Amino acid sequence: MDYAVKLFLILLSSILVNNFIMSRFLGICPFLGVSKRVSTAMGMGLAVTFVIAMSSVITYLAHHFILVKLNMEYMQTLAFILIIAALVQFVEMVIQKTSPSLYQALGVYLPLITTNCAVLGVAIINIEEGYDLLQTLINGTGSALGFTLAIVLFAGIRERLEQSDIPKPMQGFPIAMITAGLMSVAFLGFQGLIK
Amino acid sequence: MVEQLLLPVVSLGGLGLLFGVALGFAAKKFAVEKDPRIDMVREVLPGANCGGCGYPGCDGLASAIVEGKAPVNACPVGGLSVAEKVSAIMGVEAAAAERKVAVVLCQGDCDKAVDKFKYEGIMDCVAAAMLQEGHKGCSYGCLGLGTCERVCPFDAIHVNEKGIAEVDREKCTACNKCVVACPKNIIELVPESSLVQVKCKSTEKGKDVKANCKIGCIGCQICVKACKFDAITFENNLARIDYDKCVNCMVCAEKCPTGAIKADFSKRKTALINDELCIGCTICKKNCRFDAIEGELKQKHTVIADKCTGCGICEKKCPKKAITLK
Repeated sequence: MDYAVKLFLILLSSILVNNFIMSRFLGICPFLGVSKRVSTAMGMGLAVTFVIAMSSVITYLAHHFILVKLNMEYMQTLAFILIIAALVQFVEMVIQKTSPSLYQALGVYLPLITTNCAVLGVAIINIEEGYDLLQTLINGTGSALGFTLAIVLFAGIRERLEQSDIPKPMQGFPIAMITAGLMSVAFLGFQGLIK
Repeated sequence: MVEQLLLPVVSLGGLGLLFGVALGFAAKKFAVEKDPRIDMVREVLPGANCGGCGYPGCDGLASAIVEGKAPVNACPVGGLSVAEKVSAIMGVEAAAAERKVAVVLCQGDCDKAVDKFKYEGIMDCVAAAMLQEGHKGCSYGCLGLGTCERVCPFDAIHVNEKGIAEVDREKCTACNKCVVACPKNIIELVPESSLVQVKCKSTEKGKDVKANCKIGCIGCQICVKACKFDAITFENNLARIDYDKCVNCMVCAEKCPTGAIKADFSKRKTALINDELCIGCTICKKNCRFDAIEGELKQKHTVIADKCTGCGICEKKCPKKAITLK
């Protein structure tokens, strides 16, 4: 029972409290880059969710069965990047073959995920927190859902912003930055949710 | 010491090798067969990724052409030279499709059309159209807030000082973007050779049109009767020109009481009979629907310039090719 509660807390904390973009400030690049339309933001979010969920499991296995066994924890970053890059490539090939429509929808965002620090961030945090395999999976999925939540919300706001009467010097990125800052402050409100 | 150096190199190297081999196999197993012509077509396209064709970039158009979804001359920017290269790859003749241009079918500018109210919202036609179908008295009128101007990638459409969008025929590539963007659906693509258009889209009754606009189609059907080529049809209180039948005689534009039918009279032609070739067969005279040719049998014919509309029927019918349009 305690274990189930803990899983739930991990999920909640990764989505809201420790939201990857809003409180850990990882993955800011796609957050600002692909948040002009809700539909593309959704595509990006789903692609990230898929990749993070898979990569957190595989990096967990690689860490415990290769790096720890060989006393090579210090090579963690290098090994994880290698794994993530290969994984993204593989996923891209599989999707292109099996589901061309999904491949079209994800488009260029899929290979871009390789260099997304959120993916590497989740993998490293999983190890640091000492999660087991199931917790790793939950934390990875939750973090990615948090990422999706933040980017879709932000894209929705930016779509509205485009129609608004904004002073010229503030148009485009300046107002987007301010919006992102305000959203981050708002997410700060979740901070006391879990002790 | 050596072990400490060797271990990471071997293990990570091995991992990398493993992934490399796995990806290599995966690439073979999951290889997507691609038509080699896609790459060839992509090579000859301009590569500006302007989206003027309506596909996502040149890659998108290349695959659409190869799949047969788009014609070989679909690239509006490349023009004929690109179309020829593409058709060489695809093995079909480049159909010399007539160039089209966009036309704004409204002339209700600030002098001629009445406004319902003063609009002070977001300066965008789509936004304005959501509020009571726009501020123009006529719900089919050009709102003149420049949505078409902003979507045009070729700088070919501009709202003039009287608040009506106008197309620059030279620059227009018929990319269709303004047609899609216009919330009033008053922009249409017409063949470039067509010089006469019904520049009104209002399907209101004549009285209602008149109340809001001095230059709208009031549905009097004078043009339908005036057209000697059956090129004008009438439906939903609105005249419509069949561009396949229209010969640009411009009679309808002359007769139109409101001026809703607009013709470019500066490009109107007149028939000219070459005296040396004319044998006096009277074929042209019989065929002229405007009684604009006079002359007796076996004598040289002449064109009455005032009556001639430049429809070109005589030019086609003359067996001696003695008639030219100028």
